[in-house]
Amino acid sequence: MSELEFTPFILSFKLAAITTVLLFILSIPLAWWLSQSTSKSKPFFEAITALPIVLPPSVLGFYVLIALSHNSPIGAFFEDVFGIKLVFTFSGLVVASCFYSLPFMVQPLQSGFESLNKNMLEASYISGKSRFQTLLFVALPNIKPAILTATIVTFAHTVGEFGVVLMVGGSIPDETKVASVAIYEMVEIMDYTSAHIYSAIMLIISFIVLLGVYIFNHKYKTRFSKI
Amino acid sequence: MISLDIQKKLLGIDLEIDLEIKTGDFIALSGKSGSGKTTLLRILAGLEDAHGSIKIENEIWLDAKVKKAIQEREIGFVFQDYALFENMNVEKNLLFVSNDKELCEHLLKITHMSDYKNSLPSQLSGGQKQRVAICRALMRRPKLLLLDEPLSALDPQTRLSLQSELLTLHNEFKTTTILISHDPSEIYKLASRVIVLDAGKVINDGKPKDILLKTKGSQKLSFSGELLDIKKVDIIYIAVIAIGQQIVEVVINEDEVQNLKVGDLVTLSTKAFSPQIRKI
Repeated sequence: MSELEFTPFILSFKLAAITTVLLFILSIPLAWWLSQSTSKSKPFFEAITALPIVLPPSVLGFYVLIALSHNSPIGAFFEDVFGIKLVFTFSGLVVASCFYSLPFMVQPLQSGFESLNKNMLEASYISGKSRFQTLLFVALPNIKPAILTATIVTFAHTVGEFGVVLMVGGSIPDETKVASVAIYEMVEIMDYTSAHIYSAIMLIISFIVLLGVYIFNHKYKTRFSKI
Repeated sequence: MISLDIQKKLLGIDLEIDLEIKTGDFIALSGKSGSGKTTLLRILAGLEDAHGSIKIENEIWLDAKVKKAIQEREIGFVFQDYALFENMNVEKNLLFVSNDKELCEHLLKITHMSDYKNSLPSQLSGGQKQRVAICRALMRRPKLLLLDEPLSALDPQTRLSLQSELLTLHNEFKTTTILISHDPSEIYKLASRVIVLDAGKVINDGKPKDILLKTKGSQKLSFSGELLDIKKVDIIYIAVIAIGQQIVEVVINEDEVQNLKVGDLVTLSTKAFSPQIRKI
């Protein structure tokens, strides 16, 4: 058994935290638009948003890798302008994770927004409030369970990421070697003891997080249905 | 003065309404479901598009070139399902519309809701929620108050007290009001004019007394109701009719039975007797 180190876990959770925050900010406008839109282009955007659920992580990882490499305009732009290399670096992992976990943030938020009483939103417009004010002061505060589900599931899903991370980040210790990749390598070198410990930690943390979400949602729902 | 002349294609019907409404009037809008009442209110509020024109005083809300945004039309709207902001307490629901603490307190006092100002909507009864919704609609001191069947989901007792509160508020604020209602006593109590819609057109327009009173010729009492049952007892027939919240039994003859079937809408009228009124 090799010596246990916790950098992979820290990397996993750091990646998940940054991804969740970024995606939360990016997904709210998108989910709001999808929930309110009657535009004909809506199914098109919904399909694109849902793609990462269906695509094998290797396919997604392959495209992200191509897009971020310095041979592509996007990769070149980041490297030339900001001096950020996106392939086999932590920053690249964040970008890849944002694509990979997008549906897990957008879909719960969208269904949260869709479940809101339309008259309540209209009442806000009639009160003279703009769409932005309505989103901020009426819509978001009334979909707390959906926000919690979206952020936690995104976080958990990013922690559980493997294929995309391996494709885009490789396995560079202290940079891109997250917990799931570390476990894969341990199994490969037949260090089952370490793999057991790492896996158990992942399993327990994931379970506790999900349990917390369901308990909160259950309490929130019973509080509001007690009329 | 509010003048509107609007057209809109709806499912199966064409909404075509041409009306003038005096400032400060209390209008009741009546008619079968699907006749376009709610759509008319929503068009006035700017929640739905339509062709034509809407002019309020000298302000154009809608014409070929202009479509004033919902936010800029000064209206109050009360929905049948209250539509309160669930995340805010009663006071904040009102202050969110306009930060006028004095008006907020005053409105809550008139509607006897002052004690509940810190309650969340989910803690209130239906009648209390609708009071809050009415107060909220008045917080902007609107030019036009639109009430979409606000009382139809409430029990008779609550309806009565809300009706008188609506009247108090209307007498104080003099807001031009359009109320959708199916309840003749509510219309009679509140409105100074009734407009009846059918399939998107105005089919009746006048004073509540003229439109609601169903007696014809020498009839003294006339009620409309639904025929619930026809029972044969010995050689006579008894019709059971629901009139409002009441069930009555009437003797009818065989000829009448031929023309009636259970579920028919009927009028029940009588001439020669002197009814007595007693307080219950």
